[in-house]
Amino acid sequence: MDSGLQMADGGLASKSIRELQALMESGACTSRDIVEAVAAQIEAVDGDIHAYLEVNKEAALMDADAADARRAAGEKGPLLGIPVAIKDLLNVKGQSCRCASKILEGFTSPYDATSVAKLREAGAIPFGRVNMDEFAMGASTEHSAFGVTRNPWNLDHVSGGSSGGSAAAVAAHTAIVSLGSDTGGSVRQPASFCGCVGLKPSYGRVSRFGLTAFASSLDQVGVLSKSVADAADTLSVIAGHDPRDTTSDPAAVPDYAAALGEDLRGMKIGVAEEFFGEGVDPEVAASVRAAIDQCVSLGAEVVPVSFPHLKYAVSIYYILAPAEASANLSRFDGIRYGNRVEAEDPVSLMCKTRDAHFGDEVKRRILLGTYVLSSGYYDAYYVKALKARALIKQDFDRVFEQCDVLMSPVAPTTAYKVGAGAQDPMALYLGDICTIPSNLSGGCGLSVPCGLSEAGLPIGLQILGPAFAEERILRAGHAYEKARGAFEMGQ
Amino acid sequence: MNESNPDLDHVDVTYVANLARIELSAEETEKFQKELDTVVAYIHQLNELDLDGIEPMSHPHPRENVLREDVPMEGPDRELMLANAPARVQDLIRVPQMMEDA
Amino acid sequence: MKYLPTIGLETHVQLNTRTKIWCGCKVDSSAEPNTHVCPVCMGYPGSLPVLNAEAVRKTVQTGLLLGCKIGLRSKHDRKSYFYPDMPKNYQITQYDEPLCLGGSLDIEVNGVKKTVHINRIHLEEDVGKSTHLRGTSGVDYNRAGTPLMEIVTEADMHSEDEAFAYLTALKRILQYGGVSHCNLEQGNIRCDVNISVAEVGSKTLGTKAEIKNMNTFRGVHRAAAYEIKRQIRAVETGTPLVQETRRWEDDQGMTTSMRSKEDAHDYRYFPDPDLAVITLTEAQVDAWRADLPELPEAKRLRFVEELGLPEYDAGVLVADVEVADYFEAVCASANGNAKSASNWVMTEVMRVLSERGQGASELNVSADALGKLILLVDKKVLNNSKAKEVFAVLLEEGGDPDAIVKDKGWAQVSDSSALESFVNQVIEENPSVVEDYRGGKGAALQFLMGQVMRLSKGKANPKMVLELLKERLA
Repeated sequence: MDSGLQMADGGLASKSIRELQALMESGACTSRDIVEAVAAQIEAVDGDIHAYLEVNKEAALMDADAADARRAAGEKGPLLGIPVAIKDLLNVKGQSCRCASKILEGFTSPYDATSVAKLREAGAIPFGRVNMDEFAMGASTEHSAFGVTRNPWNLDHVSGGSSGGSAAAVAAHTAIVSLGSDTGGSVRQPASFCGCVGLKPSYGRVSRFGLTAFASSLDQVGVLSKSVADAADTLSVIAGHDPRDTTSDPAAVPDYAAALGEDLRGMKIGVAEEFFGEGVDPEVAASVRAAIDQCVSLGAEVVPVSFPHLKYAVSIYYILAPAEASANLSRFDGIRYGNRVEAEDPVSLMCKTRDAHFGDEVKRRILLGTYVLSSGYYDAYYVKALKARALIKQDFDRVFEQCDVLMSPVAPTTAYKVGAGAQDPMALYLGDICTIPSNLSGGCGLSVPCGLSEAGLPIGLQILGPAFAEERILRAGHAYEKARGAFEMGQ
Repeated sequence: MNESNPDLDHVDVTYVANLARIELSAEETEKFQKELDTVVAYIHQLNELDLDGIEPMSHPHPRENVLREDVPMEGPDRELMLANAPARVQDLIRVPQMMEDA
Repeated sequence: MKYLPTIGLETHVQLNTRTKIWCGCKVDSSAEPNTHVCPVCMGYPGSLPVLNAEAVRKTVQTGLLLGCKIGLRSKHDRKSYFYPDMPKNYQITQYDEPLCLGGSLDIEVNGVKKTVHINRIHLEEDVGKSTHLRGTSGVDYNRAGTPLMEIVTEADMHSEDEAFAYLTALKRILQYGGVSHCNLEQGNIRCDVNISVAEVGSKTLGTKAEIKNMNTFRGVHRAAAYEIKRQIRAVETGTPLVQETRRWEDDQGMTTSMRSKEDAHDYRYFPDPDLAVITLTEAQVDAWRADLPELPEAKRLRFVEELGLPEYDAGVLVADVEVADYFEAVCASANGNAKSASNWVMTEVMRVLSERGQGASELNVSADALGKLILLVDKKVLNNSKAKEVFAVLLEEGGDPDAIVKDKGWAQVSDSSALESFVNQVIEENPSVVEDYRGGKGAALQFLMGQVMRLSKGKANPKMVLELLKERLA
C-alpha cells in the first residue's frame, strides 16, 4: 500500500482548531461546513485507514447548526462549532460504546461522560467513534475486535495504541481533534506513531466519569490534535472538577492558552540517559536529541538528571494495571447489557460470554491481574509493585527539583508493521517503558512530532511534567513546535 | 489452595480463569500458560529491589473525605437502561435459574 | 460427653439513608422493579462511586452506640466474586481498615447477664434481588447499592438463646439509634451464623459451618438449635464434619449443604482506586457522640428517677423506642403527669398498637391529643370511662379532645344540685334496693350508683355521687 492521502475538499478538514475558529469568526465557513468537510474526508480515506467504528453525521450536522446559531447569537469559545472524534470507550448518550469489544455489541449508552458533556457545553460536536485496542489494552490498535486501524503515513504500519483511531483520524485529517485515553501511554504513543500531538493530563485533571475504566489509578482522558495550541484549547474545555469523580481535583483550571509563548528562556530541561537506553532505536534517539537542542536554541537549559528506577516501570505497570483491570472488567458478564451467550446457569453464562466475546489480549491481562491479586500472591506482586511505584514517584520528585520538564522519546521505535509484534506480548509491553512512569506517578505528559525516520515514519518527543504542571509542558511543546515548523504528510 | 506455599514461577491458569469466570479451551489454556509464565518471569525483576520500609503507593492522587450529601438525584431514563438488557422478563433482567442464593 | 457450641454472628443492616451509598438513586424497597437504578448502581461502563456522607455518620454512630473504637482513617476495598445480582461483580466493602473496631453488647438470657463482643463494623453496598420464576430468574437492581453495615461479633455465644438475645438487643439499639428501619420482613436486618461444636474443656474449636437464609430472628434461633444438634450427633457418631456453608430451609426445619462453590473464597481484595480514604477527627467523632440518642437503659433509669415511674412501667415503655418517644410526648402535653401518661400508653395505646400491628408513630391519636385528654381527666372535666370514649373517637376520627367533649356534651356533671336531684330520683324509684343497703348489703350501693350514672348519661362525677348516696342513705 502507498501513503499520500488526498484531501477531499478545499481543505477545511486539514485545518487546526485555531484556524477554523478564525474562519468561522470571519464568516468564511460555518460549523456545518466543517462537519461536512470532515465527513467527506472520512468518506474519501477512512476505508483504507479504518479509524472510525461509527460516524453519526446526521446528529453531528444538527449539533453543528446549533453551534452556528450560538455563534450568531454572539457566543465565542475555543471549541464552539468544532467536531471532536471520540475514542470508543467514552460514553456519549444515545451512541454505542463498545470499547472495540464484541462483549459490548448492542450496548447503547444512556449518559454522557463528563468530558463529553463539557465538550457539548462548549459547543463542540462529538462526531464519530474511533477505534482502539479492545478496552484500551494494547499499543497498536491491532487488538480491536473490529479491525486494525492503519497508520496514515504508511498503511502497512500500525497506528499505535490504544488510542490508534484517535491519532490516525487526526493525522489523516478525518478529525480536527479527538479525545483518547492514556493508561500507560495510550495517547502519547499513537500520537508519536502518527505524527500528531498527544496530551496526557495529570491524574485528576480531567474527570474519568464516563470513561470506561481500564486501570482506575492510571487512566486519564487525553487529547490528540494537530497542534499544541489545539491541545491546550481542548484541555481548557474538558478539564476541571467533577463531583461525580471522587479522584478529580477541585483546583481551578488555569488559562492554558495564556501559558503558550514563543521562547523557552529560563526553562530547565531535564534529560535522563535511562530513557535513551537499550532498545531505543538510534534514529529515534538522534531525532529527540536534536529536538532538545532546538529547545536550547530557544533559551532553555539542559540539566542532566537520573531516573534510576525506570527499568522497573514496565514490571510495576504490568502488575498494577492488570490487577485493577481484572476487577474493572468483571462487570462485562452478559447479564445487564452487551453480548450474551445463553447457558443453563448463570455461572456458565458468564464464563461462556467472557470467553466468546473478550479478545486474547484482554483475557491475558484479566488472567494476569487475577493471578497477582489471588490468595497467596497479593504481597509478592501487588504490594511489591505499589512500593516500587513509590520509587518511581521519588525519581520524578528528585528530577523535578532540578528541572522544569523532562524530555525523552515517547516510544523506543517508530510505528512497526501490522502483525509484527503479535507473537511476543512481553516485547510489546517493553515498548511502553518511556510513557508508563508518568501514569504511575500521576504527572502530565505531551507528545510532539519531532522528525521522520529514514522510512518516513514520524518520531515523537515526549515532554513530561509533574502533576498539574500542564502549563509548563504545553509552553515547551508549543515553542518547540513553532521553531520546528510545519509537520505534514507528503512534505 | 495456594495459601501456604505459593508457586511464584508458575501461574495456575485453570484456577485463575475460573476465578475470572472465563471458560478457556484447552488450547487457550496452553497458550496463556506459556505467555503468562513469560510475563511473570519478567516481573520477578522487582525482587531485586530493597523495598523495606517503603509505603505502598496505591494511588497517584490520594484524596480524603470526598463525600456527597444524602440527596436524591434523577438518573437517566430507566427504559434506556432496561433496553440494554440481553433478556428481560417483565421489568426484571432475565438470567438462567440460579441454583442457590448467595 | 458434654458439648459446647460456639456461635458468632455476621449481621447485615440496611441503613435508612434516603439515597444509595454510591449514587443519588432513592432507597425504596416498595418501588416497582428496576425503577431506582442508574449507571452507577447498575455497574455501567464508565460509572464511578461517590460515598454518601450520611452512611458514614450512621455507621460511626452505630459504632459509638456499641462502644466501638472509631477508625480515624478508613478506606474501601473491592471484593471480587461473580454473581448476577451484583452489578460490578465486585462488592465495594471495607477489608482491613473498617470504620469501627471492637465494641460490645450486653444481653440477658434466663436472668443471666452476659457481654457479646463485637469484632468490627464495616460499611459496604447491598446487592440486587433475584426472583425465582418458573425455569428462570429475574433480577431487580433497586436494592443494589443500598448502604449496608456488616456487624461482626466474636465467637462469643454458646446457645441459640444467646444468639436470639443478641439479635433482639442489637435490633433495639439500631432502632434507638435511628440508623435503620429494622423491618425484618423487608430484609433490613439479615444475619449469617457461624457455628461449631466442641467437647467441653477442649482447647480447640470444632469444624465450623456458616448458616445462611434465615429471614427472622426466630428462624435464626431454630436454625442454630438444629445445627447444634446436627453437629453434636455427627461428633458422637464419628461422622466427619466439613467446613461449609449451609442453607436453612425454614419450612423443613433443617439446614442443608449448599453445593460447594466452584471457587475457593479467594476474593482478591484491593483498595478501591475510585474512592478517597475517610479520615475523621476526634472532634467530629465527639460531635456525633454528643448527638447520639439516649439508649434504653439510660432512658429507663431516667423514667424511674426523674419521672417517678415504677420500675415495671419504665421497663415496658422503653422496650420500643417509638413507644418511649410517644410516652414522653404525651407526658409533656399532660403537664408532666407521668403516671397517667404511662397508664394510658401501657393500656389503651399498646393494646391498639398490638391489635393493629402498628408502630406508635403511625397511631392516629397524636401524643398531644392524648396529653390533653389526660388533662381533662385531671381537671375533672371528664371521668375515666367518658375519657375512654373520647379516646375511641380520637382513634377513629382524630381531632381535638376539648372539641370532642364540647361537641358531644360529655363534660362531667359536678354540680351538686343537679346530682342531688338524680340521687333523690334513684332513691325514690328503688325502695327495695335502698332497704337491702340499709340492711347491710354493700353491693346494693353499686347498683344505685349505676342508676345515677345512667340518669346522667355517664357524665356524673362518680366520686361526688358516691358521697351524696352515702350521705342520703346514712
